[in-house]
Amino acid sequence: MPFIETQSLYKEYSGRQVLKDINFKVQSGEIFVLVGPNGAGKTTLLRILDLLEEPSSGTVLFDGTQMNYNSAKHRLALRRRIGIVFQQTVLFNMSVFENVAYGLKVKGESDKSIKQRVKEALELVQLHGFEQKNALALSGGEAQRVALAQALVIEPELLLLDEPTANLDPRNVSIVEEALSRVNREKKTTMIMATHNMLQAENLAQRVAAFNEGRIERIGAFHEIFEAPSKFVVDFARLENVFSGVSRVTGEGTSIVDVGDGVQIETALEKTGNTTVFVRPEDIILSLNPIVSSARNSFEGRIVEVSDLRAIVRLRVKAGRDFTVQITKRSFNDMQLNIDSKVFLAFKASSVQTV
Amino acid sequence: MGLTMENISLELLLRALQPNFSFDSEVLNITLLSLKVSGTAVLIGALIGVPMGMVLGLRGFSGKQVLMRFIDLTLRSIINTFMGLPPVVVGLVVYLLLVGSGPLGPLGLLYSPTAMIITQLIMVIPIITGVTMSAVGSVEKAIREKALSLGATDRQAAWMVLREARMGMLTAIIVAFGAAVSEVGGIMITGGNIRWFTRTLTTAIVQEVNLGDFNKAITLGVILLSMAFAINLALTIIQLRGPKR
Repeated sequence: MPFIETQSLYKEYSGRQVLKDINFKVQSGEIFVLVGPNGAGKTTLLRILDLLEEPSSGTVLFDGTQMNYNSAKHRLALRRRIGIVFQQTVLFNMSVFENVAYGLKVKGESDKSIKQRVKEALELVQLHGFEQKNALALSGGEAQRVALAQALVIEPELLLLDEPTANLDPRNVSIVEEALSRVNREKKTTMIMATHNMLQAENLAQRVAAFNEGRIERIGAFHEIFEAPSKFVVDFARLENVFSGVSRVTGEGTSIVDVGDGVQIETALEKTGNTTVFVRPEDIILSLNPIVSSARNSFEGRIVEVSDLRAIVRLRVKAGRDFTVQITKRSFNDMQLNIDSKVFLAFKASSVQTV
Repeated sequence: MGLTMENISLELLLRALQPNFSFDSEVLNITLLSLKVSGTAVLIGALIGVPMGMVLGLRGFSGKQVLMRFIDLTLRSIINTFMGLPPVVVGLVVYLLLVGSGPLGPLGLLYSPTAMIITQLIMVIPIITGVTMSAVGSVEKAIREKALSLGATDRQAAWMVLREARMGMLTAIIVAFGAAVSEVGGIMITGGNIRWFTRTLTTAIVQEVNLGDFNKAITLGVILLSMAFAINLALTIIQLRGPKR
């Protein structure tokens, strides 16, 4: 019996359908990841699963029992078995300890047990020693880790995660991901997570549901979905640095794809004919001087766009074609980069993947 | 040197600011009455306005029924309108109620501190209700859902929303006091500005200016200004201490 099952779930807001015929089953202990662009309906689905919203039609089965959205008692009982981490971190204006303890306190747990469990939860998100700090004085990453500890401390059977790492820097992302895999491994917690981050989906997910415009387009293992070439996968996944062109084999186990505008990308795959390839922004090395390295691909270009994402800076570099590159804020400052700075890009042939 | 208006004003101002200005018992009486009238109005206003703002902020009426939503909308609009109620108009209405031939005339309250408190009470209730309502409303959805998702009952979640809005409620009370203590038109009509009885800082300033005693008017003005400053200082400290959402 699946732990969570949705049956033809629909949700409509003033005439606009945000969820259409959602059917899936999640087994106990599974990490099920929802991927898809903004507005695809992922958040709405998670809110319905947490009984914060009622579906327009259709049913949700939780551990074999149908979710009843109209009974306050039933909602409360279920919510105490479900944890959720929202994309926008919401914490209470009280200490970190009190924030994490809240879910246990409202259930009437004993002080002794609360103390012990809060301690464990904070250790899990690597925030021991933060107990007495005011939660609203924390950095974004620390705050989101407190939010995760709040959800984990109640030892939920189902953990819902709405882009839990969307606004975090890499260090905080890895702490959150580590905590999630550990909880899943040790406590067998079932997780349903919405994410934009394909790497995260690939690392954590046992199965992925590809969302697009309120529908689930496909469900399967990450590799099943992303190895099958399909244009919509690229569209909804919002992969960056996607280039199409004609590929030819070099005879050295690699191929060169001519993607136009004088740009030729070498990939560690042997392919001929029309090919679409992509490079993850984090796989591209950026330098101020041409570098001699083993990377088979190197280009010279200029920065045309800078977007600041707190600890991370995303750059758009025009090097024949436009490349999106991701570097830390610190590197960005150290290298004194700006719009129109001349830079060099390099990436390995093995970082180039085909769609 | 010609006696220009500026010279006169400057001289008067300097004189008023001298440490040995006449802080006589009448000035003390006036100041204390100002504090008493506005303080009482705000205290009673808070007892009524804060719970009302809480209920409205918690969307107590936002049921699914059209009628309930209509009532909610109407109440909110009325409060928002009344937040900017001209004190003179309030004074006029209270006067008409309390005047000898009016419906509450037999109570004999006109030209008394009680009449002034009633006037300011009517003025501050919408302010306290409105500011509380928006303070509660601004955290309502996020905090309620957060608490519910952590397994709180509806009641526990509502409590958490109110707790998180507490800074806003304090702000409401301080803003209301600031408005009340500096108000003049309403209490002039219902209090009558009677010496030693219903004369407050604001009504006394109007009186002294009319009589041409700028020296005294400025002294009173400085006291009122200091009071307003103290209130705003308190407000600023609260806002700085309360972490941002």
